[in-house]
Formats: sequence, structure tokens, C-alpha cells
Amino acid sequence: MRPLLDVQNLSAWFGKQQALKNISLGVNPNSVTAIIGPSGCGKSTFIRCLNRLHEEIAGAFLQGNAWLEEENILSAQVDPVSLRRKIGMVFQRPNPFPSMSIYDNVASGLTLSGIKRKSVLNEVVEKNLKLAALWDEVKDKLSQAGSSLSGGQQQRLCIARALAIGPKVLLMDEPTSALDPISTAKIEELINELKQEVTIVIVTHNMQQAARISDKTAFFLLGDLVEFAPTSELFTSPKDERTERYITGRFG
Amino acid sequence: MERHFEASLRDLKNQLVLMAGHVERAIGNAIEGLKKKDFTLISSVYAIEDTINQESMTLDETCVKLLALHQPLAADLRLLIAIIKMNTDLERMGDLAVNIAHDSEDYLQGTPLKQLVNLPIMCAEVQGMVRESINSFVSKNEKLADEVLQRDDLVDNLKSKIKNDVAEVLKTRPHDVNQGLHLILIARHLERIGDHATNIAEDVIYVISGKDIRHGHVARTK
Repeated sequence: MRPLLDVQNLSAWFGKQQALKNISLGVNPNSVTAIIGPSGCGKSTFIRCLNRLHEEIAGAFLQGNAWLEEENILSAQVDPVSLRRKIGMVFQRPNPFPSMSIYDNVASGLTLSGIKRKSVLNEVVEKNLKLAALWDEVKDKLSQAGSSLSGGQQQRLCIARALAIGPKVLLMDEPTSALDPISTAKIEELINELKQEVTIVIVTHNMQQAARISDKTAFFLLGDLVEFAPTSELFTSPKDERTERYITGRFG
Repeated sequence: MERHFEASLRDLKNQLVLMAGHVERAIGNAIEGLKKKDFTLISSVYAIEDTINQESMTLDETCVKLLALHQPLAADLRLLIAIIKMNTDLERMGDLAVNIAHDSEDYLQGTPLKQLVNLPIMCAEVQGMVRESINSFVSKNEKLADEVLQRDDLVDNLKSKIKNDVAEVLKTRPHDVNQGLHLILIARHLERIGDHATNIAEDVIYVISGKDIRHGHVARTK
């Protein structure tokens, strides 16, 4: 299968400190890829490179290629803002726009790009709140502030907002680390459903979560990609001793 | 600092090895009792089997707790899964030792058939397989586990020979058919014990290498 996202020889630095070392990794379409590794291994940096957030930090730079279909998304010619419409991101803490209603949060991506027709916006808001498994809970209070929802609902609202602009890839940076177990289970179930629509790359500290939801898992250590394999293999018979030691809790 | 989970796994392995020791003793007493016509030795098997059953239930309980509380992965997960399966195999071996004891008691109460040369050979071979399968687990020795697998065909052949030997004897002593059946059943129980030892050896290989070699299948090569 040809990868939807093909990362080749990606290295990243914060000033003189190298955070990623020559990473090559292919992400299959309509799959969930989990990135695991101890703190500081470069897993968040990796996904932040993929939607060009890394270079927003002063002194940070990267080299290498990452092909999204036919386009090298790390090329200087690619506009990061338009790239983020193709590669969306959900962060650790739910961050709905606090002054906006639930409806406006989901519609914000479209209204910012000039789409004003109410019928179009209505359709997009409903479709994506349904995709994010939030519609039934909020359909009668769409005008309430997004920040009035519970933490788990806010995170699903952020997922709906990210989906509304129709990305091909959704990056998730520890999306459940601030949530309770019930909300976490809902998001995990959602991720499993969403891969029919979008390709997902998720950073997680929770190895059981990676094991539950992902098709392939990448283990990062000190900026290196140590092992990348089907999840069922990596968690039962890892090939690399360092992976074995990490996932059995011997270090990290 | 040793993690709590590692200490629990070590205790679990020790529990399994202790249980395996009792299984070896149960099989040994059943076989020796038959050889020496010693009914006391044979009946000791029943009490040992009670102990084995208790140990098996305790092991299961510990495994469930460790799975639920620690959610192990990789080598730890393989070890725990293998211990659960080995526990079942060992418990079944205990049952088969009891079956041998029952058939031995019944056989010894009747007129002995002609001395069967292959039965002691089979007993020694099966006891060797059980011992070496456990040793391969304790010493994490894949080669030793593989040697156990190689011995399974020999045990199967010995069972067939015993069946043929008994059939031959019964041609001239048809009224001793019950005695013959007891010997065939003892050979059958021994062969099943050999199969369980083979299962344990396969589990040991899975623990060490992650390879699933059951039914001639290699699911994953490290």
C-alpha cells in the first residue's frame, strides 16, 4: 500500500540541539499510527513538524521531506496556513475558542475562509458534530459557549472543529491525557470510527491506549525512530531490545 | 530497584516450578507404583493431585490479578500467557497421573500379562520429556525446549508398539482383554502426558523468542 504521508529523512533542531534524527516513516491512508516514547524523545516534535508548527518556535528548524500524496509539505514553497487545512491537529488540552458558541467553534474554519452561507454552515456543523460523536449531546444548545461543555465534550468539539475543514490527516498530541477514563474511552472509540474518514497520527504516553487504537506504532527514543511495526507485533514481540525495555517499563 | 511487578512475576514462576515438581512426583509415583506393584505409592498420587489442583487455581488467580493490575506487554505478556497455558497443561498431567494410578491398581489386581519391554522405555521417555520441558522453562533454554519437541514422535511410536504388543498377547489370552486394555490405556495416558510436555516446550519457545511454532507454524521470527 502506498503511504498517504511519506516522511523521509526528517531531522529537526531547537537551536543547536537536535530533537529528531533522520526519521523515515510511512503512514497508510485510513489508518491510526501511534507514536510512543519517553518524555523528550521527539514524538511531539515529530507531529508538530508535519503541520509546520515546529518552525514557529524561535531558533527551531528542520530538514528532510514529507510527501502528502504528490506534495512535499516541508518545502519552503508550501504555505503552512493552507497546509493546516490538509493536516489538522488536536492538542493535549481541549482549547475551544472561549468566546465562541459551540456552533461557531465548528464553523470557524469555514467562516475564516469566507464561507458565509448558513445552509452550508449548518450542514457542516451537524455533519462534523455527528462525526465527533457530540451531536446528540449538544444539538439543543448550539448557541452556548464551547467552554460550557465538560472536558471530554470540549475535546470532541475540538475534533469536530478540526474535521470541519476536511483534513486528510489528523494529528493528535496526547488528546486524552487531561480527560477522565469515560471521556477517554469515548475519544478512543471515536478515533476508531474516524479512521474511515481521515488518517490519524496520535502521540500518546499511554501504551495501552496505543495498543487499543492504533494499526501501527512507532517507538521514538532520544530523537531516533527505534522501531516501527504493526501494533500487535510491537506490543507482543518487539524486535529491538530498547523497545522491549521501554514497553515493559524497564526504563522511561 | 526491582519493580513490584518483576517480583510478582518471579514469585509466579516459582509457584509454577513448585507445581511442576508435584506433577513430576505424581507421574513418577504412578509409574514406580506400577513397576513395584506398590499400592501405597500408587494411592499417594491422589493426594498429590489434590495439591496440584489447589496450586493450579492459585496460579490462575495470580495470573488474572497480574493481567488486570499491570497490563503487561512484550516479554512480560508472553511469559504470563505462557504460564496460564502451562498451568493448564500441568494440571492435565496431574489428572493423567491419576488415570495411570487407577488403571495400574486395576491391572495389578488381575493376572499380569507378559512383561512388555516397551512400557518402561516409554515411561522413562515421557518422564524425561516432562523434566526437560520444565528445565527449559527454568533455564530459558530454547535448544532444550526444541529437543523435547523432537522426542514426541518417539513416544507416539512407543505407544503404537505397546498397543501391537498387547494385541499380540491377547491373541493367545483373549480372556485377559481387560488387562490388555489397562496397559493400552496407561500407554495412552503416557502419550498424552508427552503431548502436554510438548505444549510446554512450545510455550517456552514462544516466551523466549516470540515464535509461535505450534502445528508446524512459525508466526513470527525475531
